[in-house]
Amino acid sequence: MLKSIAVRVAQGTQTIPDPRRADPAGFRARPVIGAQPCEAGCSACAAACPTRAIEIEPLRIDLGRCVMCGDCEPVCPSGTLSFDNDFRIAATERDALVVSAARPSLDPVKVSAALHRRFGRSLKLRSVSAGGCNACELEVNALTNVNFDIGRYGIDIVASPRHADALVLTGPVTRNMAQALQLCWDGMPEPKLVIAVGACAISGGLFADSPALDRSFVERFTPSLYVPGCPPHPLTFISGILDLLGIDS
Amino acid sequence: MSALEPTLLLPAHEPAPLGLDDWAQACHAALAAGEQLVMLFGRPQADGSEAWLITAVLYSPAAGLRVLRSRAARGARYPALTAHFPAAQMAERELWEQTGLRPEGHPWLKPVRFEGERQQQMDAYPFFVVRGQEVHEVGVGPIHASVIEPGHFRFMCHGERVQHLEIQLGYQHRGVEALLLQRPPLALTPLVESIAGDASIAHAWAHCAAIEALAGVSVAPGVDQVRAVALELERIAMHLVALGGMATDIAFLQGGATYGRLRTAIINATQRVCGNRFGRGWLRPGGVRHAIDAARRQDLLDTLAAFARDFAQVNELMLGARSVRSRLRGTGIVSTQAARELGLVGLAARASGVARDSRHELPGHVYREHPLPLLTEDGGDCWARMRLRMREIDASLAWLQQQLQDVSSDLAGEALVPIGALRADRLCITVCEGFRGPVVQAVETGADGALLHYKVQDASMLNWFGLAIAVRDNEISDFPICNKSFDLSYCGNDL
Repeated sequence: MLKSIAVRVAQGTQTIPDPRRADPAGFRARPVIGAQPCEAGCSACAAACPTRAIEIEPLRIDLGRCVMCGDCEPVCPSGTLSFDNDFRIAATERDALVVSAARPSLDPVKVSAALHRRFGRSLKLRSVSAGGCNACELEVNALTNVNFDIGRYGIDIVASPRHADALVLTGPVTRNMAQALQLCWDGMPEPKLVIAVGACAISGGLFADSPALDRSFVERFTPSLYVPGCPPHPLTFISGILDLLGIDS
Repeated sequence: MSALEPTLLLPAHEPAPLGLDDWAQACHAALAAGEQLVMLFGRPQADGSEAWLITAVLYSPAAGLRVLRSRAARGARYPALTAHFPAAQMAERELWEQTGLRPEGHPWLKPVRFEGERQQQMDAYPFFVVRGQEVHEVGVGPIHASVIEPGHFRFMCHGERVQHLEIQLGYQHRGVEALLLQRPPLALTPLVESIAGDASIAHAWAHCAAIEALAGVSVAPGVDQVRAVALELERIAMHLVALGGMATDIAFLQGGATYGRLRTAIINATQRVCGNRFGRGWLRPGGVRHAIDAARRQDLLDTLAAFARDFAQVNELMLGARSVRSRLRGTGIVSTQAARELGLVGLAARASGVARDSRHELPGHVYREHPLPLLTEDGGDCWARMRLRMREIDASLAWLQQQLQDVSSDLAGEALVPIGALRADRLCITVCEGFRGPVVQAVETGADGALLHYKVQDASMLNWFGLAIAVRDNEISDFPICNKSFDLSYCGNDL
């Protein structure tokens, strides 16, 4: 009993007070396109990118593909590219995930009045990993730990699809998982939504060129929220979903 | 290179390939003499014929790593090694699935991951069947109750008692090995870091070592020292996942909460060094992208000191709780003999009293100069696997503190050594002891220096069968803690 109390005292309060205002030190999140212009004809960053997330002239980076590996930064001769720790990079539209010099930050996720009404006080998530490498899965799990504590906003992870409002999809969707994913979705009651977590789920990510994928599910059921990253930081997920549902933090 | 190097580089034509029967006999003799089968793979011959080139990678304490190669005609058969050495069962199943070569007399010849033409035929898996009155089957998955990767478990039960568990994997198959041949060899690290995302560092180190050896580049000792710091941080963080999971699975919630936040502290410290909580973007062929300067050193030391205090405290609570002991002691036993015969590796083997650790068997420079203790437990049960994770965390912690405190240790990490073209016609095998056990990679170049073959093996592939054995004669309700005590990778198996 005394040991238990001692552990509890040492634990203190670990919860991040306001996840929207956290400052994850060192996190390589949002690509920043600096003021220095690219060298004429240079495409070193695009060549170094493992997921073809970068297009040049003008420079655009698709966060739906970007794995934030940072391989582009050191090959850029003009020092145009860098990263900062702006984790608020979730979006409700696939096209909105692209950053450029003209649009350096993502637009804040807009509150959906319909989703706020239905799920603003309670949202149950069913996670399906369909080829996820366990990094996204660990970060989704971390949502419920004492640091991120997503339960305080009425958001929980549930076991049964029957109890779920949203399907949290991780992984590039392998052919071998396509059927099980569909069965899980079919088992969820209406109304329901898809949340795509990580570059793999959003675009196929590092595995986009593999013939072992069947991404038809993502084409048929457009996600309501895209949470980019490799893996996405739990803060990206939380701030994105709170914004979408209009929940105060 | 000495026998104790974790990297083996060979000209592709040495040793000369044997005929299939001679090769099988040579493998048999090696295993009978006590050598271990590390990896087995085949690739199509580069000459355009329909034949296959088979490679067995063997390990012995005296000789370190060596290979035996064979030419085999398409669809050829050979006497299965598994018939005499059960440890070969997964490797031979995989070889059969990937090449079509048939190990005659294999008692359990089933697909490992339903790749290639077998994709989406998961329903056709030939499950073992137990017949009899009051025998029933319980199928679980591929999607499980919590947030974990997919796989199907089928329990054959007599009442509550599990007679046998069959584990059907492959749902996570992403075609990693084929993808690794599609991109330039120097641009593969992000993909390698996603083979098993919780073992990003181990896989990345094995990959970097292979590319560096193939390019004829040697990195400064300080580079491997930083890599080892990264690897031991990963070991601590990922053992904490299993500890938290086990605590949660037995409703010891204080353990779950505390291990969870302790892990946050470790992975956030990793992020402060390299930008990512999983260590992605840290290691690259030719060196490390993020050095550990004086400020980072102090930051890591402060993090580890605070961690050590609270970790010891919660361990004491967990180990002292009667409820924990009664749930874990004697649950999910794998005997030393079974672990040996099944060829278990890494933590699962050590928890069953088998003293195997690549950091000792093939230490390389860093672990030779700065060894960690080789830790084992005798029990082979869930308790032993939990206890060993705690002890391995303590050992890694002490090791890290020593490295970081020692001002003479070089953690500056030079600028990345430029990597030129890879040498032609070479085969490179690398081994790196991740938190689950050895990650093994084999990379072969062709006549033009381009990659000809890339074989990846996570420790999980060899250890899944250990879980099946562990739950025999246990109650089905103990499966979750058995599973978490092994904490194996699904995608590491499925590739």
